[in-house]
Amino acid sequence: MKSIREEFGKVLTILGAKYSDLVVLDADCGSHTKSKNFSQKYPERFFNIGISEQDLIGIAAGLAACGKIPIVSCYSMFLMRAWEQVRNTIGRANLNVKIVATHAGASPHADGSSHQCFEDLSIMRVIPNMTVIAPADSKSMALLLEEAIDLNGPMYMRIGRDEVHDVYDGDIHLKIGKANTIIDGSDISIIASGVLVYEALTASQMLKKDGVSASVIDLHTIKPIDTNIIVNESRKTGALVTAEENSVIGGLGSSVAEIVVSEYPVPMEMVGVRNRFGESSLSYRELLLKLGLTASNIYHAAKRVLLRKR
Amino acid sequence: MPNKFISLSLNREIQWRCYGKPIPISTSNDIIDQHVLTGLRNIVLKALNRNQILLLSKINENSENTITSLLIKLSKELNIPLSTLKFNAKILKSLNLIEFKQNDKDRIVCLSKAGKLILNIISLQFNENSNYSSVIRNLSEAKPTLLPSISRSGTIIDKSLLDSVKAIASRIRENVVKMISEAGSGHLGASLSIIDILVVLYFLKIRHDPRNPLWSERDRVILSKGHAAPALYAVLAECGYFPVSLLSSLRRIDSFLQGHPEVYIPGVDMVSGSLGQGLSIANGMALSFRLNGKSCRVYVIMGDGELNEGQVWEAALTSSHLMLDNITVIVDRNGFQQEGSTENIKRLEPLAEKWRAFGWHAIEIDGHDLNQIVAALNEAELIRSYPTVIIAHTVKGFQPNY
Repeated sequence: MKSIREEFGKVLTILGAKYSDLVVLDADCGSHTKSKNFSQKYPERFFNIGISEQDLIGIAAGLAACGKIPIVSCYSMFLMRAWEQVRNTIGRANLNVKIVATHAGASPHADGSSHQCFEDLSIMRVIPNMTVIAPADSKSMALLLEEAIDLNGPMYMRIGRDEVHDVYDGDIHLKIGKANTIIDGSDISIIASGVLVYEALTASQMLKKDGVSASVIDLHTIKPIDTNIIVNESRKTGALVTAEENSVIGGLGSSVAEIVVSEYPVPMEMVGVRNRFGESSLSYRELLLKLGLTASNIYHAAKRVLLRKR
Repeated sequence: MPNKFISLSLNREIQWRCYGKPIPISTSNDIIDQHVLTGLRNIVLKALNRNQILLLSKINENSENTITSLLIKLSKELNIPLSTLKFNAKILKSLNLIEFKQNDKDRIVCLSKAGKLILNIISLQFNENSNYSSVIRNLSEAKPTLLPSISRSGTIIDKSLLDSVKAIASRIRENVVKMISEAGSGHLGASLSIIDILVVLYFLKIRHDPRNPLWSERDRVILSKGHAAPALYAVLAECGYFPVSLLSSLRRIDSFLQGHPEVYIPGVDMVSGSLGQGLSIANGMALSFRLNGKSCRVYVIMGDGELNEGQVWEAALTSSHLMLDNITVIVDRNGFQQEGSTENIKRLEPLAEKWRAFGWHAIEIDGHDLNQIVAALNEAELIRSYPTVIIAHTVKGFQPNY
């Protein structure tokens, strides 16, 4: 278990040493998003813009237009108020701004529905030019963020607030836009992102006990989506379950379904937030249970979809 | 680079300063003290713009030419609009850097003694590599103002120059009216009210190069009131960024002249169209110039109706907090927004006081008086530690009687 935002703070400092043009901006939440680590090492390249997300995005756009590499970090929910700025300036001008939204999904569990963001993947992926990433753990976040810096163009990455289980260890190789097959199965494919990747792995263990061999795919890049792997999995297993810490309306499940219906239709189930807001809870786990975002939800979804499999 | 940063938490009175990298001097014969030479060079580069330096060197190379024939030749050769060259020649003349001598029948243009000295100072710096583009690259520190005589003293523009600017402005007005009527839609009133401001900016003030729209040392202009795009396009075409004949393609399918500014249009520094976002972007640009020790400036043109947007005031706080004195905002105070008068819809007055309360240096001017526009822009450039807003009182749909 590692706190993904702690790791984010560390990675920023490493990247700061590597890229002299890198600047970090945030909206008065540096101690929460952990971008403060960067500010201690590189105070001249860190700007706390204050509680003004729209201005924050504009400033990042201006910096990028003049050759800087701005990394914007902020609560994901409150960055959404600057969606129009992201769309109209960063998206339209295809500016090299890297947005890392923390406290995504149900992770600010105690704060309640005002802070819990289940909509960001849906509304960010509709912006042309935008790359949308939801890493599964600290290690993949660090790898993908570094890769994103080299990618010229806007990127939105969402990470959680709390400690998350490690999915990866040892030497791994992840590429933006290329989904990663963690388990190669033959009966059903579970495509997940973010913290739900770990849940998917647990679900695959549960299915294994029932004699079902499940693929687990970490679809860390929601956009540009890896069409090949989705089509291949549909052909191979003929049944899909998607799992995400986002609304099922417009998120990862929708993205996968868009590919599946046009390329190779197979029965599919989506695990995600069902047209509702979050609520306060004393623990993250408790809220994930209530929202139906756990391994057992994936397991039952898999059982349902297997019944419909041709 | 010896950039000196002071923590933001320190006293506001401490000025931010960025020191550019000193450019090494290499003369074969160091008779003049290097410091003197650097000082002279800085003064020259601050006073002259690229086209003026180009003209000086070309006049030096081409003796036995009349000014008209030389300018026509250069205009064709280098694809710089003739009007731009004429302007700069006039300025050189007013500075006594060029003079005319009577030949058999023609008046031949040549450099005056002062002009030769100035050219020597410039070429001394760059004699290792005499090609013009390398000279340009090395102008990173320069902050030329086209009209040194007025920019520092704030006096009235020379009458003949004023007439040329007016001629350009009225040509642009004509083009804007044509463009919008041919397109069948567009914001005519809002475009016409900022033409004088744009013309002064592009023809008398900012450092830019129509032959190299992405020149990294250019000043940036953000048309935050993006709906006045036709005015911007007409000015850019007049500067030579693209042919004037293309203006009639405004808003047509497959045309690059979109209804609102897009970055792929040569000369457009930033997308706009959604109101209230320009100043935030300017903050980012100004910050990057400070981080890189560049002397570039950012100009933002805003509508007064646009000031309804909350983001403008978020951004205004940021610019003054970060003491971004390289930002100049020009508010086109024409008094009207889409559905009526600004004072009836969401009262703005006392507007200058609002900006001052936000930590800005505010100037109020008549936005159709070219002298006042130039003077205000010059004043803005001299103000340290505070960003400047120029509230330009204009008339929506202004059509002057020149």
